[in-house]
Amino acid sequence: MPVAPDLPAVELDGVSFAYRGGPPVLDEVTLRVEQGAFLGIAGPNGGGKTTLLRLALGLERPTTGRVRLFGAPPGARGLPRIGYVSQRAQLASATPVTVREVVGAGRLAVRGPFGPLRADDRAAVARAIERAGLADRSDAPLRTLSGGMQQRAFIARALAAEPTLLALDEPTTGVDAESQESLAALLAGLRDELGVTILYVSHEFGAVEHVVSRLVLVRGGIVFDGDPHDLPALWHDPSHAH
Amino acid sequence: MLELEFMRLAFAVGIVVGVLAPTVGFFLVERRQSLVGDGLGHVAFAGVAAGYLLGISPVLTALCFAVVGAFAIEWLRSRGGTSGDQALALVFYTGIALGIVLISSANRFDVGLFQFLFGSILTVTPGDLWVVLVLGGLALAAVALLYRGLVAVVLDEEGSRVAGAPVALLNTVVAVLAALTVGISMRIVGILLIAALMVLPVIAAQRVAWSLRSTLALSAAIGLLAVLVGLSVSYYADFPPGGTIVLVAAGVVVLATAAGAARGIGKHSGA
Repeated sequence: MPVAPDLPAVELDGVSFAYRGGPPVLDEVTLRVEQGAFLGIAGPNGGGKTTLLRLALGLERPTTGRVRLFGAPPGARGLPRIGYVSQRAQLASATPVTVREVVGAGRLAVRGPFGPLRADDRAAVARAIERAGLADRSDAPLRTLSGGMQQRAFIARALAAEPTLLALDEPTTGVDAESQESLAALLAGLRDELGVTILYVSHEFGAVEHVVSRLVLVRGGIVFDGDPHDLPALWHDPSHAH
Repeated sequence: MLELEFMRLAFAVGIVVGVLAPTVGFFLVERRQSLVGDGLGHVAFAGVAAGYLLGISPVLTALCFAVVGAFAIEWLRSRGGTSGDQALALVFYTGIALGIVLISSANRFDVGLFQFLFGSILTVTPGDLWVVLVLGGLALAAVALLYRGLVAVVLDEEGSRVAGAPVALLNTVVAVLAALTVGISMRIVGILLIAALMVLPVIAAQRVAWSLRSTLALSAAIGLLAVLVGLSVSYYADFPPGGTIVLVAAGVVVLATAAGAARGIGKHSGA
């Protein structure tokens, strides 16, 4: 469904959140992310960056405030397609799932849950696998692949949805430098060629840092919002805990 | 043995049960809810007792109780305030306690009850066969229709929710399918052992399969084999069918584990 280009992809208005019985994790967060942006969300552990992403996607409900995706509440019918790679995405299953089966699950956003995949779905799955650099491993059981390649399969699953908005939570944790480079190139291509809006949560951006167009630093609220190059040099020092 | 009508009925029901139980069990095992079938079996026990007490079909009341139990487990789990195992424990123990109270009130601690608990090849009626064929067929058709959605939720529940999939509906479908499976399988396998037929073939298949789809197909094949072999042994050796079927399935798990390990060793030595 076409979306008015002036609508923000993500809009949080005065959003606060606390887990049941716990202290506030986020307090009065207001954030507007334009379509086509590549937003990095950084901050210390426990600072609320993952919670911010989960609120934006409708996986958590704000205690107060309002969340909108493309002008509508998360989960509303007719929203543009959203791809999501969760923190520490992994298979709980002992079953030997193939890369193609994992990526095929991403077509749920396009085709719904009923009936088998059609030829165009299978082509989209193949494209996502190829874009993620796993074409020669598409029928391999996922558990036989390295951590970095498994992560690419989960990203390919999100890409198979042909998303308008792609949300990734710590996608490079435990991934080698080479895989980080290829992920950075992949995400830059998605933004530049397809205009995909990207929300990228990480405590350390590594190779992806140079493709982030806007950075928010989260510590109970937004303590920095701007161009990554405008951050104090201290933040770029990996030994510093933000 | 097939010249006897009760054996033909038992095998006809057994074929449906042998395929259906692991097919539904596949989704429970993948969601780490292997014991849900056990919990629903105990709720079905309360249903059988209620049937005796009310003087209506115990199979019907067991089915109704199991479906209500399935909704209860899924509702408690999805609300987030109760963990999956606590929700299961609550329904599990409430079901068996209610069953004991009701069966005592009905004064039916007799052989008829034991047939429901442990399974019997003598008790399948032509009416049971029709119920099993219709409900089993509907359950298998539902799995075929929703296979892709059910798998997507198994692989990534939150991702599916973000993608706009009806995750709550799909989870409820799995719970209701599990309840139907318990209800229609208890005549042959018994309330206490039906969960084993839902889970053991899947565990065996996981050891030797190479994909999700092959795991599901092998699970159904192993379940069918266990039922056919178990019923035959049960007939000739005069063993209770439920226990015999489950022992066959457990034997297949041992063989599959050995085969999987041997394949792994072969790969290592070949590398």
